[in-house]
Amino acid sequence: MEGTLNAVGYGLAAIGPGIGVGLIFAAYIQGVARQPEARSVLQPIAFLGFALAEALALFGLVLAFVL
Amino acid sequence: MSLVVLAEEGEGYNPPGSGDFKLPPIIENLEWFTKPYLMALISVVILVAFFYFAARKPKMVPSRLQFAGEGIYGFVRRDLARDIIGSAEFMKFLPLIFSLFIFIALNNVFGIIPFIQFPTMSLIGFPIALTLIVWIVYNWVGIRRQGPIGYFKNMMFPPGVPSWVYILLAPLELVSTVFVRPLTLSLRLFANMFAGHLLLIVFILGGEYMLLEGEGIVKVLSIGAFAMGIVMTFFELLVQVLQAYIFALLTALYIAGAMSEEH
Repeated sequence: MEGTLNAVGYGLAAIGPGIGVGLIFAAYIQGVARQPEARSVLQPIAFLGFALAEALALFGLVLAFVL
Repeated sequence: MSLVVLAEEGEGYNPPGSGDFKLPPIIENLEWFTKPYLMALISVVILVAFFYFAARKPKMVPSRLQFAGEGIYGFVRRDLARDIIGSAEFMKFLPLIFSLFIFIALNNVFGIIPFIQFPTMSLIGFPIALTLIVWIVYNWVGIRRQGPIGYFKNMMFPPGVPSWVYILLAPLELVSTVFVRPLTLSLRLFANMFAGHLLLIVFILGGEYMLLEGEGIVKVLSIGAFAMGIVMTFFELLVQVLQAYIFALLTALYIAGAMSEEH
């Protein structure tokens, strides 16, 4: 087997953001299911949270290539 | 492409990496004039032409082109600018947000259009340039609106917090607003496009290698790699438009945050 430990490190780094993104969209779906008219209010909040959580995973990806 | 060359030279499988993003110049002796540079120029021409013809003769019953143009414009105006910045002042910033959205969206979608197939934003320079514009605009708006002292005071010392927390909160807020925001804004766009393009070339070039160099069952299994590549192409379309949306959304949020007195 060949390769670098960076890929393993990135895999580990993606666990946290993965769970975070899952929680955000779970909350968003629940909110819309309970109150469909709140969709337009919740959508930017959900995508903002998604973007912030995802940024962590992307830092990991960039570092996996840079280091 | 590099793989085909390598296969002809009889070398082993060379996994795609960050080297695949360094493209040669189109014209010799013009180092900076590469394919992504040309694509960014073409995208501007396409967008100007599209929206010029879509808005040239507005009719009560819109033509298909006018309907498409108005649909995109209406979406950005309604869902991004007006809902976030507020109906009083969003018109001042709508040109910036709308231009950012369509420019990033088209340049990202270039990543899956056949024969172009390279997302411009997967080179870090393009997101940095766009982020620099956003960074200057929202800081300038904040300083204009609240004064240079008021802007940093409202940023670093939000009201309603016990005073000893400010020791921790003030530097964190400063670093977050001035440094981390532009860093994450540009890196998010860059890394999404970089990772997406890498994902596609891993599947497609891997499948190509299996088909050309593999023996027996490996040749058949290359169908799986190509199928996965096609599925991922459609997934990329979603990610590309979503990233343009997020970039425009965050721009609107930062501007709205700089305009309001407290967070």
